Amino acid sequence: MHEQLLMTKGARRRSRLAALFGHSVLAAVASSSIIALLFIFYFIVKDAVPFFRFEGVREFFGSVRWYPSREEAEFGALAIFIGSALVTIGASVVAVPLGVLAALCLSDILPFSVRQIVKPVIEMLAAIPSVVYGFFALVVFAPLLQSHGGSLLAAGAIVVLLPFALVGSAIAGNAAGARAPEASRRAVRVGAGLAVGALFAAGLAALAGALGRLTVGSGTNALNASIILGVMALPTVVSVSEDALVAVGRDLREGSYALGATRVETLLRVVVPAAKSGILAAVILGVMRAIGETMVVWMASGNAAKVPEPWFNLLEPVRTLTATIAGDMGEADHVYGSSRYHVLFAMALCLLAVAFVMNLLSELAVRRLRRGRT
Amino acid sequence: MSRMKHTIAITLAAVVLVAGLFGAGPAAAQANRIIIDGSTTVGPIAKAFAEYYMQKNPGVNVTVSESGSGNGAKALVNGMCDIADMSRFMKDEEFKAAVAKGVFPVAHVVAVDGIAIIVHPSNPVTGLTVEQVRDIYTGKITSWKQLGGPDVKIVLISRDTNSGTYESFEELVMNKAKIVATAEYVGSNGAIRQRVQSTPAAIGYVGLGFADRTVKALKINNVAPDNATVSSGVYPVARPLYMFTNGYPKLGSHLHAFITLYLGPKGQEIVEEIGFVPVTKY
Repeated sequence: MHEQLLMTKGARRRSRLAALFGHSVLAAVASSSIIALLFIFYFIVKDAVPFFRFEGVREFFGSVRWYPSREEAEFGALAIFIGSALVTIGASVVAVPLGVLAALCLSDILPFSVRQIVKPVIEMLAAIPSVVYGFFALVVFAPLLQSHGGSLLAAGAIVVLLPFALVGSAIAGNAAGARAPEASRRAVRVGAGLAVGALFAAGLAALAGALGRLTVGSGTNALNASIILGVMALPTVVSVSEDALVAVGRDLREGSYALGATRVETLLRVVVPAAKSGILAAVILGVMRAIGETMVVWMASGNAAKVPEPWFNLLEPVRTLTATIAGDMGEADHVYGSSRYHVLFAMALCLLAVAFVMNLLSELAVRRLRRGRT
Repeated sequence: MSRMKHTIAITLAAVVLVAGLFGAGPAAAQANRIIIDGSTTVGPIAKAFAEYYMQKNPGVNVTVSESGSGNGAKALVNGMCDIADMSRFMKDEEFKAAVAKGVFPVAHVVAVDGIAIIVHPSNPVTGLTVEQVRDIYTGKITSWKQLGGPDVKIVLISRDTNSGTYESFEELVMNKAKIVATAEYVGSNGAIRQRVQSTPAAIGYVGLGFADRTVKALKINNVAPDNATVSSGVYPVARPLYMFTNGYPKLGSHLHAFITLYLGPKGQEIVEEIGFVPVTKY
C-alpha cells in the first residue's frame, strides 16, 4: 500500500522533466506577444532615428509645411498631429457618451430578452471591415453632407440635445417645486419646468438655425471621419462597459434597493461608480481604436495637410498620422533610406508613444480606483 | 470527379510540352527572364504586359520593380535590368554614363500619358489655361467666380504624392510650384472621379482613361482631351512614356516580343485599360 503511493526515482525525474518542459513551452507561448512587441518597437525606433538625425526635431513638431515629395522637401507634421487629435476627439465625442449610455441601457434598463438581441447586433458593427466603412463614408456620407450638410447637422444637434433639455427642465421644475410652499408646489413645479424648458427650446432652435445655415464645401472632412470612426468605436465601448456593469452583480443593486434608493440613485450612485474602472477601460479601448484606424480616415478625412481655420472647424479636411503612413508607404522602396521614408517611421513612433502612454494611464487609473475601493 | 482530374492532368502535360517546345526554340540562347525596373508611372503598363506575356509564355519569368525613372536608368546602365521604364527621356549624363559602360539605350515610346482636368458636370466652366489650373492648385484662384462660374469655393482634389499621375501633373502643370495645403488627397484615379462626380465645386485630375461621362473633362488651352489630341501632342497636359533597352533587342527573342507588345491590338487594349493613350490606332 505504502509503496504504491511513492514514485520510483526514475519516474519522479521523468515527471519533473515533463513539468519543466511544459512550463518552458507555456512560458515561450506566453512571452511570444511580448517578444513580437519588442521587435516591432525595435524596428520602428531603428528606422525613426535616422529621420531625426537628418532633419532634426524642430521642423517635424513645429511646422505645418508638409511637402515630402519635393526635391527641397519639408517635413512639418504639426498639421497632421492636429488632424489626428481632432479626428480622435471628434470620434470620442460621438462614441463615449453614446456607448456608455447604451451600455447602461442594456445592462439595467432594457428587459433581458431585448438585450439578448440588441447586444449581438451592436457587436456586429465590429465585424464590418473598415474598408466598407470607408467606402460608405466616401460614396454615401460625403455627398450627403455636401447636399444637406446644414440641415443634417441641425437635426443631429436636436436629436442629441433634446433629451438633455427635457431632463434638465424636469429637474429644474422639481428643484423649484421643492422650495415652494406645500399648497402651490404643483403649480410652481409645472411653471418653472415649462419656463426652463422654453429657455432650452429657444436656445436649441437658435443653435439648429445657425447650424442649418452652414454649407459644407467638401464632404470628406474631419466631421465625416469623426462620425464614422465614432460608430466604429461604438461596439468596443458598449461591449466592454456593459460587461463591467453586469459584473457589478445583483447583490450590490439589491442592497441599494433595500436601503430605499430609487432606480436612478442605484444606477448613478452605486452601479456606475462600482463599474468605473471597467468603463474607463472601455473608453480608452474605444479611443485607441479611433487613433489607430487607417482605412476610414484615408478615405473619409480628405487628407489635406492643413490646420483647419479656426482650429476646431470639423468641416474642413484634415490629414492624420495613420493615413499619411498608409498613403506614403505605397512605394516605400523607391525612396528607401531617404528622409521621406524615415519620416513615416517617426510618425509610427509617435503613434506608438501615444498608445503606450494611454495604456499606462488607464493602467494607473484602474489601479488607483481599485485601491480606493478596498 | 476522376475524369476531371484526368482532364487537368492532360492539360497540364500539354502545357508543359508546348512550353518545352517553345523554350527549346528562339529563347534557348536567351535566359527566359526579363527584368524591368524604373518609373512608377510606366510600371503599371509593364506589369500588365508582364502578366499577359507570362500567361502566353509560361516558361518566361518577367519581374517588374518600380523604383523611379532615375533608378531605372541607373539599373540599365549597370546591367541590372533589361528594360528601364521611364516617364521622361534619359538625361545627358545618364546617356554618357551608359555609353561609357558600353550600353546603348534605345527608346521605345509605349504609350502617351494624358491627364484630364475634370470638374462636376453641372459646372458652367468648360475650359481653362494651364496657367489657370496651376493658379487653382497653388491657391491663387480660390473661387469658381474668378473663372466665370458660381461664387463657391473650389474644392481641390489631388492624387497621393506617391502616384505616377501626381508626378506627371506636378511636372506638366505645376512647373515647380507647390500645391496648396488645402488640397485633398485620394488614393486612386477612381476615387478622384468619385469625389468629383459627387462634389459640385470640385476639380481634380485623372489619367485620360478615367475621364468618363460622369465628369466633365475641361478643355485646356482650348483643346479637348481625347486619344487623338493626346497622342498627337496638341493637348498640352501629356507626355510620352518610355521603355529603354540596351540596343535594339535581338529579333525573335523574348525581350523583342515583349518590347513590341505595345504595337499590337492587345497591347493597345492593355494600355487603354490602365488609363493611358496608345500610340497605335486599331
